[in-house]
Amino acid sequence: MSAEQCFTLDGRRVPFQDGQTLMAAALDAGVYIPHLCFNPEFAPHGSCRVCLVQVNGRVQAACTTPAAAGLTVQSEIEELREMRRGILQMLFVEGNHVCPACEKSGACQLQAVAYYVGMQTPHYKHFYPRRPVDASHPEAVIDFNRCILCELCVRASRDVDGKNVFAVQGRGIQARLVVNTPSGQLGATPFSIHDKAAQVCPTGTILTKHRGYETPIGQRLYDRKPISVVGDVAQLPESRGGRRHD
Amino acid sequence: MSHLETAARPDYLCRIAIDPLSRVEGHGKVTLLTDKDHRIRQARLHIVEFRGFEKFIQGRPYWEVPVVVERLCGICPVSHHLAAAKAVDQLVGARELTPTAEKIRRLMHYGQTLQSHAVHFFHLASPDFLFDFDDPAAHRNVGGVMTDYPDIARQGVRLRKYGQEVIRVTAGKRIHGTGAIPGGVNKALTLQERNYLLADLDLMIQWGRGILKLVKQAYQLNPGYFTYFATIRSNYLSLARADGALDLYHGGLRARNERGEILFDKLDYRRYSQVIREQVKPWSYMKFPFIHSLGSEQGWYRVGPLARINNCDFIPTPLAEEERREFMALGDGQPVHMTLAYHWARMIELLHATEAIKELLLDPDIFGEERVVRGEMAREGIGVIEAPRGTLFHHYRINEDGLIEKANLIVSTTNNNQAMNESIRQVAERYLDGKELTEPLLNQIEVAVRAYDPCLSCATHALGRMPLIVELVEEGSGAVVNSLARDVDGTVRNEMGLPPEGASSV
Ligand code: SF4
Repeated sequence: MSAEQCFTLDGRRVPFQDGQTLMAAALDAGVYIPHLCFNPEFAPHGSCRVCLVQVNGRVQAACTTPAAAGLTVQSEIEELREMRRGILQMLFVEGNHVCPACEKSGACQLQAVAYYVGMQTPHYKHFYPRRPVDASHPEAVIDFNRCILCELCVRASRDVDGKNVFAVQGRGIQARLVVNTPSGQLGATPFSIHDKAAQVCPTGTILTKHRGYETPIGQRLYDRKPISVVGDVAQLPESRGGRRHD
Repeated sequence: MSHLETAARPDYLCRIAIDPLSRVEGHGKVTLLTDKDHRIRQARLHIVEFRGFEKFIQGRPYWEVPVVVERLCGICPVSHHLAAAKAVDQLVGARELTPTAEKIRRLMHYGQTLQSHAVHFFHLASPDFLFDFDDPAAHRNVGGVMTDYPDIARQGVRLRKYGQEVIRVTAGKRIHGTGAIPGGVNKALTLQERNYLLADLDLMIQWGRGILKLVKQAYQLNPGYFTYFATIRSNYLSLARADGALDLYHGGLRARNERGEILFDKLDYRRYSQVIREQVKPWSYMKFPFIHSLGSEQGWYRVGPLARINNCDFIPTPLAEEERREFMALGDGQPVHMTLAYHWARMIELLHATEAIKELLLDPDIFGEERVVRGEMAREGIGVIEAPRGTLFHHYRINEDGLIEKANLIVSTTNNNQAMNESIRQVAERYLDGKELTEPLLNQIEVAVRAYDPCLSCATHALGRMPLIVELVEEGSGAVVNSLARDVDGTVRNEMGLPPEGASSV
């Protein structure tokens, strides 16, 4: 058996296996690096940039950077926290994220990461986009106002469910999530609430109908503990589904 | 309706506007038209009401509504939460809630009533009560109450806090909780939570009785003032239980005329639009609801604590019922019309809320497991509740996908719109007519408005602190010839560079 390969993350030795990214190795070691578009069950996407870390002094996304022995990685430093706050602030103003009225509040990854990085205010001017809710499906509702374009639903529907229900259309600031049907309505797709795509949204965009607020305040996922200790970081590697959707 | 609503020849009159400086939220403004002899010819209260909500909620999922509506008002969010939840119950076909759900919601509602009434009385109304009008403004405020009546002030803070704790335990948070969900509630109480709330409750009941003693003393010291100040004869509207009992959470609509005769009773509130209409007047943003059968001139009514106590046949908790009997004796078989009696009635309700909370906390149903019922979906739902400030209507229609298509709200303050106007006209006529305008006289208008506990940001400023601006406008040219402003901190400034006494020349 070869000696354990390690890199250091904020001064702590983190072991890794060949082919693992910094993010995957950190999660296996139970160390949290903030992330949104990354989900341990899926191939890294590298789009949200929330997981930026300094690797030997260079800023890189932890979810796409391969781990290598001897690397010095820093995550919890003020400079990066500041950058992450900025990214979160932009995500908040670009959509309509009204936490006190949102049923995902308390179990929302976007909100939990914002708390974690110490975002106090949105800082930037709100865009206040007008995006109608799609409630055409009997089991699910899509509130596009809360979509952060992480494409987890796109990946899940295409790669796991084999239905290819979602897509991102347009580029840059014009990019938006669409439903892959001529009418653009979810009700016209074979989407089901039991699909993987219905389970992965890190925000309150894709929701089960008729349900909201059923979990009382105090019992929601992030009510008692921060996202750095509950959620995907708390799951042991072997219980993470065992299957990666590459 | 008073003759002071619309003057015959307004262009020949002088306009005095009492206008709050802060325009951030819902606010009130009083305009008085006086003639050359300073005689009042027209008096109007203009309230800017935020009506955008009905539009904003369109296209949103119905199950979100009880939580979204809490954003409507920072003063009584729980009332909106519960009125919307009752409407949404109908949308999900929940005809009857489980005993657990109904009792948890009631507990939340009585907690809200307690905290709202406590804040109003101690922070806003008690100086109106405990001090004379000629008491210096610097003392005639909540600070003065703290100095002269420290125990009362402390009790006020604790009662409010207790109410907030009841809300927190039932809704998850003191503000913007999520307790009521379509067809029920999302949590019951634990034994630990029950015992925690029970611990202080007898003290709260005792304090509730103590405050009523204080209110009655104030009345006995100056019955003439109570009897005439801003008093108007009106109809009254509220919910009442089928057996005629006071019920703040549920019941049928009941209305009485000024002689106390029943106009309608046990009316299913889903039929409210058959008996209540809303009138639009060109000079006000807020609508004027009225009882349809009486017409808009005669049909306006009052809601809130005074209406509820006048309307019910009894209060189903013993201490508050004893107080109700004593109170109703003032009316000698007719409703009590004194506007300042709103404060008294409000404190009877505060006592009732403490007793009702105790009954609920001792009821094993609050620990139940069965929290939600659902039935066949419907497209329309109407929820009505007795909010601290009066009857509150929420009405929603959804499309086949479950999104809100149409919403209509009649909030408590809107129900009292005409009544508040009538009261300030009475005050203007009685106290300002033929006299010159002074700050104490402006305070009286404020006291009249405050009796109704309207939901305005300006009305939530302590007495003598309501930010006001008074403008004297020249006949014909419309030019401002004098202006007196009072800031939030109580300082009085003359905008024209004249000394503050300039007010008396207005
Ligand atoms: S709907 Fe949710 S999962 Fe899909 S792209 Fe938007 S935020 Fe990501």
